[in-house]
Amino acid sequence: MTESNQSGPPNDEEADGAQAPNPAEIAGRERLSEQVVRTGMFGVSGTPDTSGYGGLQVRRPPPLSSPRPYGGYFDDVADALSDSLEQAGLSFGDAIERVVADRGELTFHVRREHLPRVARQIRDDPALAFELFSGVSGVHYPLDEGRELHAVYHVVSITHNRRLRLEVSAPDSDPHIPSLVDVYPSADWHERETWDFFGIVFDGHPALTRIEMPDDWKGHPQRKDYPLGGIPVEYRGATIPPPDERRAYE
Amino acid sequence: MTTNAADEETAEGRVYTVGGADWDEVVASAAEESERSGEEHIVVNMGPQHPSTHGVLRLILTLDGETVTELRPVIGYLHTGIEKNMEFRTWTQGVTFITRADYLMPLFNETAYCLAVERLLGIEDRIPDRAQVIRVLMMELNRISSHLTGIGPFGLELGATTVFLYGIREREKVLDLFELITGLRMNHAYIRPGGVIQDLPSGAIEKIREFLEIMPRQLSEIHKLFDSSPAFTARTKGIAYLDLTGCMALGVTGPMLRSTGLPWDLRKSKPYCGYETYEFDVVTNETCDAYGRYLLRMDEIDQSLRIIGQCLDRLSGRRPANDPVMIDDAKIGWPARLALGPDGLGPAPDHIAHIMGQSMEALIHHFKLVTEGFRVPAGQAYAAIESPRGELACHVVSDGGTRPYRVHVRDPSFCNLQSLPALAEGGMLADVISSVASIDPVIGGVDR
Repeated sequence: MTESNQSGPPNDEEADGAQAPNPAEIAGRERLSEQVVRTGMFGVSGTPDTSGYGGLQVRRPPPLSSPRPYGGYFDDVADALSDSLEQAGLSFGDAIERVVADRGELTFHVRREHLPRVARQIRDDPALAFELFSGVSGVHYPLDEGRELHAVYHVVSITHNRRLRLEVSAPDSDPHIPSLVDVYPSADWHERETWDFFGIVFDGHPALTRIEMPDDWKGHPQRKDYPLGGIPVEYRGATIPPPDERRAYE
Repeated sequence: MTTNAADEETAEGRVYTVGGADWDEVVASAAEESERSGEEHIVVNMGPQHPSTHGVLRLILTLDGETVTELRPVIGYLHTGIEKNMEFRTWTQGVTFITRADYLMPLFNETAYCLAVERLLGIEDRIPDRAQVIRVLMMELNRISSHLTGIGPFGLELGATTVFLYGIREREKVLDLFELITGLRMNHAYIRPGGVIQDLPSGAIEKIREFLEIMPRQLSEIHKLFDSSPAFTARTKGIAYLDLTGCMALGVTGPMLRSTGLPWDLRKSKPYCGYETYEFDVVTNETCDAYGRYLLRMDEIDQSLRIIGQCLDRLSGRRPANDPVMIDDAKIGWPARLALGPDGLGPAPDHIAHIMGQSMEALIHHFKLVTEGFRVPAGQAYAAIESPRGELACHVVSDGGTRPYRVHVRDPSFCNLQSLPALAEGGMLADVISSVASIDPVIGGVDR
């Protein structure tokens, strides 16, 4: 119902091509090129739409990428990492896909093949000194084609009192990311947990086994394609389905 | 062999079920076995149901005589899928799940989660002062109860029943305060995105003052029993040694890190909830052992009492006319209010009268916010706080919807427990107990 009503983005006026493009227009075009993640409203489908909101389409926000200056100590960290990587024979642009400075937090999106190199530099370079590894958090984005699985690392520098986030992505078809156990021994359990829940294989991990789920468990429960589970609750003859099958207002 | 130590042959070797008082026989039989096979070690399974493993922690120990040569912790017996479940509930409902992760520090879990959500919403600067003071007050009370639950059972595991009872008795006083303020002893869901759900009830400040008065005396009783008791010091001094290098490599934070002399406390180094405005010290010592960690926890209780005193002074001063505990934003703040009526606690009559009798819009608004919840702008945030066990952090990802896209709890017990082999390997079997207790892991947090 919702898909056919909307005929995509309104056609751009190509006539005034000589004029410099309007930034709002560029932003609008960028936004309209993103995938639709939600349609309609109130989480209801199949019933007659009397509200007029049935045709609503909400698109995924475009991926963030921050320009310089990032603000605060973020520029110092980026400069120091750039210098440090160059000494190691790697350019900043090769190792880091994007830099995001958002909500007071700095994120480096690292290309997965360069992750161990980057991790070693941020730990060992005195100007960076991110000596405390604070964990891996997996995130599954099934809509992000070719980059479905993300591993998000948080590191702390006690020396400089700074925080940094590294984000690495891998496709579902090749869910491999190099392990950081060599650099940060504390990554051991965290990587096992992320393997257990998301199925990301950390190459080079000494013993990548399940940690929270039973050894013989099938599947990786925190992926978005893994159902929540739960059992229907029966109460005086009425049955309430498990949470992910209930009517949802969203 | 007696019937207690019944043995059977399996593919891995001979398996004994030890029933107590038959250790000599097991050792003799193992010696016989090792002579035959040429291997000299015993593998002992401890847990997951063992009184000294702080819940359902399982340890697989390889012993050479009484010396532990290898220790492998096995976790996951209390995995309840809290993180997954939160993806199917609204942002506000998430609080009721995350509070159950580490059940000995529910208010810290709630705060870490709420701070991350508030950062995503961009409302960090708009949280009312009174809400921040109440958060600090509740967290410090919770720190005391958590440390007491760490110290009390520590005693029990080493055979000191009295200390256990003292610890649990004092903790119960904190839980009584929680019950008075939030309605529940544990799993409060009291701290919400935007503030706290309710103001302190009348009489709470006086009750907390009473508590502050009696606590120092009660704590000195625990000090008297433990500090110089040879039975305690012999099993804790120099035991479970982990120095600064080890802590850094293994990601250990909290009292374990501060027992190496490094004053790393997020309340000081990256203050949140207004901690920079309170006077307190970061306690450290340089023993790196189980005894030092015990002393440190006791000293941290003293510091928490200091902070609570300052919170009470701020809360009991003259109150401005408009002093809310929830953010003044109709799109985020929870619309319902509770009030004490003649038949107990229930929805506030004036709010009900307003939405049912006066304003259709207010009713719709209430309904939408309660059933659907608020939207959180897409992005990710990581909020870290200093919990009783170390850095507790919440990594929250939003896709712009009314539910969390992903919530990950960086639980300090999980990280610190990883250091257990480093603490216990090479030591005596009996010291494994001290090592586990000095980490103070809570399996609810480890497994989530």
